[in-house]
Amino acid sequence: MLNTQPNLLACDDFYEALIAAHQGLSTPESHAMNARLVLLLANHIGDQATLQHALQLARGSVVPTADRRTTPAITPVVPTHAVAA
Amino acid sequence: MNPRDIPPEAFHASGAEVQAIDFGYVRSPDQDRAMPAQHPIVVIGAGPVGLSLAIDLAQRGQRVVVLDNDHKLSIGSRAICFAKRTLEIWDRLGVGQRMVDKGVSWNLGKVFLKEEQLYEFNLLPEEGHERPAFINLQQYYAEAYLVERALQLPGIDIRWHNKVTAVAARDNGALLSVETPDGAYQIDAQWLVACDGSRSPTRQMLGLESKGRIFQDRFLIADVKLQGDADFPTERWFWFDPPFHPHQSVLLHRQPDNVWRIDFQLGWDADPEEEKKPENIIPRVQALLGAEAQFELDWASVYTFACLRMDQFVHGRVIFAGDSAHGVSPFGARGANSGVQDAENLAWKLDWVLQGRASPALVATYGPEREYAADENLCNSTRATDFITPKSEVSRLFRDAALHLAREHAFARRIVNSGRLSVPATLHASPLNTPDTDAFAGTQVPGAVLLDAPLTKQGQPTWLLRELGPDFTLLVFGPAPAWARDLPGVTVLQIGIDVIDHQALAAQRLDALPRTVYLVRPDQHVCARWRTPTEAAVRSALARAAAA
Ligand SMILES: Cc1cc2nc3c(=O)[nH]c(=O)nc-3n(C[C@H](O)[C@H](O)[C@H](O)COP(=O)(O)OP(=O)(O)OC[C@H]3O[C@@H](n4cnc5c(N)ncnc54)[C@H](O)[C@@H]3O)c2cc1C
Repeated sequence: MLNTQPNLLACDDFYEALIAAHQGLSTPESHAMNARLVLLLANHIGDQATLQHALQLARGSVVPTADRRTTPAITPVVPTHAVAA
Repeated sequence: MNPRDIPPEAFHASGAEVQAIDFGYVRSPDQDRAMPAQHPIVVIGAGPVGLSLAIDLAQRGQRVVVLDNDHKLSIGSRAICFAKRTLEIWDRLGVGQRMVDKGVSWNLGKVFLKEEQLYEFNLLPEEGHERPAFINLQQYYAEAYLVERALQLPGIDIRWHNKVTAVAARDNGALLSVETPDGAYQIDAQWLVACDGSRSPTRQMLGLESKGRIFQDRFLIADVKLQGDADFPTERWFWFDPPFHPHQSVLLHRQPDNVWRIDFQLGWDADPEEEKKPENIIPRVQALLGAEAQFELDWASVYTFACLRMDQFVHGRVIFAGDSAHGVSPFGARGANSGVQDAENLAWKLDWVLQGRASPALVATYGPEREYAADENLCNSTRATDFITPKSEVSRLFRDAALHLAREHAFARRIVNSGRLSVPATLHASPLNTPDTDAFAGTQVPGAVLLDAPLTKQGQPTWLLRELGPDFTLLVFGPAPAWARDLPGVTVLQIGIDVIDHQALAAQRLDALPRTVYLVRPDQHVCARWRTPTEAAVRSALARAAAA
């Protein structure tokens, strides 16, 4: 489950840093940065149920599921990725 | 010419010659009967799926009639990527080596964004598998080798120029009306398998539907034959937004005979007729290959893609397999590959039922097993298509964010989806599985396809999958208990005695200890495993795997 209790100790510092990080960016650049931020933080959290809960709370309404009959436990196909040359 | 008189060299000829083979019409004695002839199994369609199914059944001793409205191999350019699992199945059917010898083997893929390489991946990073992750081979070659193999088997009667025009299904079979160059006739099938492709006339004749999504995008597929040596290595190259084709994606693949397949994403607004003109294609290809490249256009077409499936693949005695049952977009090469897996799932079940070793309930399990696999394929190919062709501004935003991060971060490379390439589904929920009672690590759970491993037998190298029996195999690490010899329809394979696991890879991949036992189905899926089973446990798992 997502921890929604106060957990960010220096919350004012973080908030200021977040706004500062967007300084000088155009709105599309800010959107792009936010998207990258979401992916980075999601990877850090790593747990699907926690992320699902966060999506739910962020949206504030029921998150639609993908238009698919079932969401089976997909056979993993992610190959190992070597470092870019 | 009677197809049985076609000289073997004809199937080893050049692409153009192979595509020109004309399978002659031969009048069947069935056409002169007063009453429709009775056949245990009739297959409609001599594509890769129908042919693989017929060969499997004939190798098991069944008689099969294959009806095809055409008299040629598949024309032009369709499937090119055939997966490791398909090759393993074709090995069992006696044609795997032939495919690998002609095909281009590859394991490496590279992903580019604009002019920069983001990363590369290896689909088969570990040693100790007989077959590569993929070969590229033109579909007409694959079909040619399957037809050649089918013609060697006395149990298969392929009837070219035989178009099925009506199907009347009954509780215990189906009556077919067939049109030929010299008139119509009827035959009666105890079991009918429709492998008649995505438009499936059988499906339509029975008033059944295939439902799903059509993707609003168009792709140009160009096959070009390069003169001289190409600089591109034997790898799958995928570009997002390349300078030579801005804002779209491009995929490049090598095929035998120095032919290269290039897929250009065109967008929904493209005019297919305009895009198909050589004068529009050639500059696109030239921009990719470079100004010096000399090439000829071999084949070009413009496609849209759909993800569709029938609700149920089994309708009494009429069964659907391959594209007739499900259609996927091509990112991931899941069409023919999953269809061949359908065929192998069905072949042993039909054989067992016709031999009286199992009840029709066994054939019925083909439905849920392959519907599950189709969902997995559809899910993977839909996700890939959505990633490549984002449907909304925000989905493009996240797509681009993932690509941007992939330059430097391994986690983001795993999010980038240029097609999750075909692997066999693990049939987790199959009613034929006996759930584990002992603890095991690794991927070889009941429902998984057995992983291959190198072995030796009497000092000679061999492979685990090659040593499996035609029916069930009881894989025993160490000496088998005496009762194992009396199990019906079971080959006993003792690792360490009949074959030697000299690199210990079989034991490692199967998380085996001395006395560990795996029960493997005729289609090489694991259906049960134990640390030390009793005879009763194995017999009960066997009964369950035969839907008894
Ligand atoms: C551009 C493109 C690229 C692709 N790339 C790949 C890939 O890389 N890897 C992959 O795995 N798949 C790929 N596919 C998909 C692959 O081509 C199909 O999944 C495969 O051909 C399906 O085989 P099938 O035997 O089910 O049907 P088909 O190959 O369509 O065969 C159906 C047969 O039924 C016959 N038939 C139809 N109606 C009748 C009738 N009334 N009576 C008698 N016979 C009839 C037809 O003549 C035909 O021979 C690709 C497809 C396309 C279009």
